[in-house]
Amino acid sequence: MKILKLFLIIFFIFSFNHLKANNEIIKNKITKNLRCLICQGQSVYDSDSEFANSLKVLVDKKLNEGFSEKQIYSYFKDKYGEWILYDPKFNKNTYILWLLPILIFLIGGAIISKSFIIKKK
Amino acid sequence: MLYSVIGYYSLILGLCFGLIIIYFSVKNFQNYQLLDNKILSFTFLQFFFVVISFLCLILSFVLSDFSNETVFNNSHTTKPLFYKIAGTWGNHEGSLLLWLFVLTLFILIFLLRSKKQPTKYKILTLVFQQMIIIGFFVFLIKTSNPFNFLYPTPEEGLGLNPILQDPALAIHPPILYLGYVGTSIIFSSALAATSLNIINKSWASHIKKWVLISWIFLTLGILLGSIWAYYELGWGGFWFWDPVENVSLMPWLALTTLLHCILVLEKKLILTSWVIILSIATFTLSMCGTFLVRSGILNSVHTFANDPERGLFILIFLFCLIFLSLLIFFFFHKNNKNNFTSLFWLSKETSIIVNNWFMMYFLSVVLIGTVYPIFLDVLSSQKISVGPPFYHKLIIPFLIPFLLMMAVGPKLKWIKSNLKDKFYLIILLAISILLSFLIVKNFDTKFLLNTILISSSMYLFFITLRDFFIKIHNNISQNIAHFGFSLLILSILFNNLFSTEIIANLKVGETFQSENTKIVFESINQEKEKNYQSIIGNFSIHNSKGKIENMLPELRIYNQPNIVTSEADIKTTLMSDKFIVINLVQNQDYFNIRYQVKPFMIWIWLSVVLISFGGLMSFIKKEHEK
Amino acid sequence: MKNKFFPIFIIFVFISIFIIFYKGLQDTNFYTPETKVNNEIPSFSAELFYSNKIVNSSEIFELNKFYLLNIWSSWCMPCRQEHSLLMDLTKNKNIEVIGINYKDTKINAKNFLNELGNPYKKIIFDKDGTKAIEWGAYGVPESFLIYNNKVKKKYIGPLNNKIIKEIRFTVK
Repeated sequence: MKILKLFLIIFFIFSFNHLKANNEIIKNKITKNLRCLICQGQSVYDSDSEFANSLKVLVDKKLNEGFSEKQIYSYFKDKYGEWILYDPKFNKNTYILWLLPILIFLIGGAIISKSFIIKKK
Repeated sequence: MLYSVIGYYSLILGLCFGLIIIYFSVKNFQNYQLLDNKILSFTFLQFFFVVISFLCLILSFVLSDFSNETVFNNSHTTKPLFYKIAGTWGNHEGSLLLWLFVLTLFILIFLLRSKKQPTKYKILTLVFQQMIIIGFFVFLIKTSNPFNFLYPTPEEGLGLNPILQDPALAIHPPILYLGYVGTSIIFSSALAATSLNIINKSWASHIKKWVLISWIFLTLGILLGSIWAYYELGWGGFWFWDPVENVSLMPWLALTTLLHCILVLEKKLILTSWVIILSIATFTLSMCGTFLVRSGILNSVHTFANDPERGLFILIFLFCLIFLSLLIFFFFHKNNKNNFTSLFWLSKETSIIVNNWFMMYFLSVVLIGTVYPIFLDVLSSQKISVGPPFYHKLIIPFLIPFLLMMAVGPKLKWIKSNLKDKFYLIILLAISILLSFLIVKNFDTKFLLNTILISSSMYLFFITLRDFFIKIHNNISQNIAHFGFSLLILSILFNNLFSTEIIANLKVGETFQSENTKIVFESINQEKEKNYQSIIGNFSIHNSKGKIENMLPELRIYNQPNIVTSEADIKTTLMSDKFIVINLVQNQDYFNIRYQVKPFMIWIWLSVVLISFGGLMSFIKKEHEK
Repeated sequence: MKNKFFPIFIIFVFISIFIIFYKGLQDTNFYTPETKVNNEIPSFSAELFYSNKIVNSSEIFELNKFYLLNIWSSWCMPCRQEHSLLMDLTKNKNIEVIGINYKDTKINAKNFLNELGNPYKKIIFDKDGTKAIEWGAYGVPESFLIYNNKVKKKYIGPLNNKIIKEIRFTVK
């Protein structure tokens, strides 16, 4: 029974065709990382506003012109400010954003291990 | 008109009863035996008046009484009856009244169900709970009265936002609120128990029921919201890391942690301070969520009317509660010194502590990601966005040890002695790694990460699956929930990895052809419904095997308010969802079409149901034992 | 000592969080991109509305001259409101009005101009809306005051009398 289920899963997974046009994947990735200025809670990818639609066309154009992903991000950052990027870069504005959770994790670990060490004594 | 008056005065009476209860309790606190019955009847009366008030608002909506401002702003005569009723809590004022309703309901149930508890503890819990209730009464009456008059009475209402006219969303707020408000009981009870210094095993098993109830409802509430986003808002997405979604996730994480801690506390008297902190944090996070959503301090897809005055009120109220709980915690809580005394480092308890550690990390990621833009804006007026990539980068790598811990953790007790089981653990690990390697092999992107991630979730999957078959496992509810969790992670991973999507612009009669899919735009129909006009596209999808599927995505042009929404057509099967949605393009004669095949979609929903079913099992077992 | 310090520290943290939330409440949460003053105008090539010629941006904007670049569309209601102000502005010889026709059809746009008059010296036809993005615009209408190939000022939303006064004062 278990083995049958396994086979079903494997068979199913391999039956998916995953060869996609490469540009399309990058385009989707980029538009998912851009925030729409009209409906401000959504990514450009999810939004259907006029602005978002134009932005999708422009991303496509830029990709065809040979722009890299990074260049496209900096292009839009230039036009609309840091706000448009969903993936905040690691810089002086965002040190705390990126490092504080890790710090909390480490502190948590320290507290836990400390209590164990005390106990051992 | 009449109902508004009745509703309004019932609210005021409810508030009065809250004050009376606090007055009596404080005055006669030493002489508490007297209070027992009196308090119950007062609480019942308060609940009764809130119910009256809530019913009045529902009636005003049903009768389309536009002399009531809330009804005028959110209803319309052409709206179907179901949405007239659901519209009651689809707006700010009504949803707060619902909060209040659930608050008073829960404290009543609490009093009825904990007859055996010490009276002092009951009274104190009631007092803390009444403080919250009074806060909400004042908030409701002062800043967002649902019974404001409009004169002259308008002929017609403004209507409910059409994206909210949806069955999933109609029951989503009540379910979610049951979860949120459940945490308030935990909060009050933890504060009461702290001040009386009775945080012990019997308190743990008493409060565990409430933790379970709120956890189940919160899980289901989040699920419903997610399902709604999937077919109404999203273009195939179900979780956007949007502030409003994060805000519901944070109490869930805290509550899940608390649930595990309570289980430990029930057996061994350790982690007491931690349990109190978590109980306080859970409710604080729920309130913080209300603040972030209702004040409009963050912008999100789920737009709510925002009003700074309301935000300010909740903010002050929230911080009063925080300071109150901090005071009680620091003054009354006596840490028992025998913490960790009976802990062997390779034990079930350790694994739960490690689980807590990770959960707190996830919570901090979500919390910091959500509020960081506000802080940055205030401190340096830089505006940034924190979106899905941030959360993925910080959460996914930590998910791997978390999953492994979840798989091995519950077994740690007997891991030293039982050799055969150790052998199984290793064999299963090898199988999962091999399997995920085979699955991910054909992908060039992020090969290593995906393999490890899938193997660790598969590992959990197999181990929990096996536990269903070997012996009568003593903790079936935990096993169901963990199995559900592994299924959830697996489905999400596969869903992300194997989704395919076609975006095309098509006119009627045109065909889009890709490698193995052909989309034919057959025709377009118009239909007129009571409160909207719909444009229905008729598509046939041919796949490589020549199978044909007919799909009918829809555009709805609502007349009141005048908003266009697109309704996706989704064909769900056990293995995958087919999802198609159309959109108008300005000044063009073609439609923008998105067609997606999303594998394992239904399993995401089912696994969450399974997780909460695990909670339910635990709850029933608890009741059964009694 | 340590035990006293900790609660005070926690309370201090919560007070600061409170203050920050309080201040955060005062601001609007809707993001509008900042305009960088004296930014070079973008260089692009585009199709002209009437002649269908492809031109370069350098051919449109000369040095030492004021321009008002106005993004408009026939389907946009606020554009209709501001149009009379633009017509007024054409009487001023110190400034030229250039239009970007945003996501429009030529027939609708021509009808619009025939009905309300044509204030534009030149109109750039922006069928897919990408030219507007080059300018850092995100909706219609938006206007840019340009001098010496530099953006002097940006106006989001429809123009009004106050803005027109300001423009007249600047170009005088």
